[in-house]
Amino acid sequence: MVRNLFAALAGAIFGLGLLLSGMTDTLKVQGWLDLFGAWDPTLAFVMAGAILPMAIAWQMTRVRGGSVLGTAFPTKPDVRLDPNLIFGSILFGAGWALAGLCPGPAMATATFSGAGGLLFLLAMVAGMVAAPALKTRIARLGAAA
Amino acid sequence: MQQDWIMGFAGGLMIGLAGAIFLLVNGRIMGASGLIGGLVDRSGWGNASERLSFLAGLILVPGALVLMRGGYDNHLTDNLTVIIAAGVLVGIGTRLANGCTSGHGVCGISRLSLRGIAATVTFILAGGAAMLFFRHLLGAI
Repeated sequence: MVRNLFAALAGAIFGLGLLLSGMTDTLKVQGWLDLFGAWDPTLAFVMAGAILPMAIAWQMTRVRGGSVLGTAFPTKPDVRLDPNLIFGSILFGAGWALAGLCPGPAMATATFSGAGGLLFLLAMVAGMVAAPALKTRIARLGAAA
Repeated sequence: MQQDWIMGFAGGLMIGLAGAIFLLVNGRIMGASGLIGGLVDRSGWGNASERLSFLAGLILVPGALVLMRGGYDNHLTDNLTVIIAAGVLVGIGTRLANGCTSGHGVCGISRLSLRGIAATVTFILAGGAAMLFFRHLLGAI
């Protein structure tokens, strides 16, 4: 129960932060990616603001044995840069530019972005359903190469 | 413009605070695509209620605020083909890469994860290239 409460709290603060930062506005996100047009650097300020408390939090995980609710802290993943990481990020970046939405803002705006916003979420979930099979194939190709 | 940067930084601090709470209290990484993706492909059903609670807060609280303040225009395109293509690419891409802007960008970079940094640089460059191609060469978006 407490775990769900804090999860909801984190989700709420995340959503409000996205709204306040302007990252729920697809024009601002597309503006960040539009290096050859009217470039909007706002996203860099959002990233800087977000990384600051997170960097402190990661430092705190070093001196604490585990999280407040007892779950072990996530271990640092393998440093290997696999084909799925790079290929997936390329696909994601392209989709991010097309609509100006990434998963966080797409969900934060779900109740007020109309049919288009819901259609985006539906398509995103469909992509997530398709991903695991593709992931195995790419990993196999990467191992063979 | 500078007003936007200040609001961006302030909103960013809130995003980072949310990530810090989720990490230090729940012991989880705040990655939007992973939280929903694990529910979609069942890999995260072991802590489904925690994921659903996070998503409920993320969806409902901004929704309530916008409702009280009388609406918000997120300027989403009305081109349905673009919306569907974008959604599918974001869905597949973030699950292949195991993360998006929040997981790789915020949580990964802040712990100096090589994978997080590589993913973030890649999706920003790919986004910039897509913008150049679709907006300035094709005029499609």
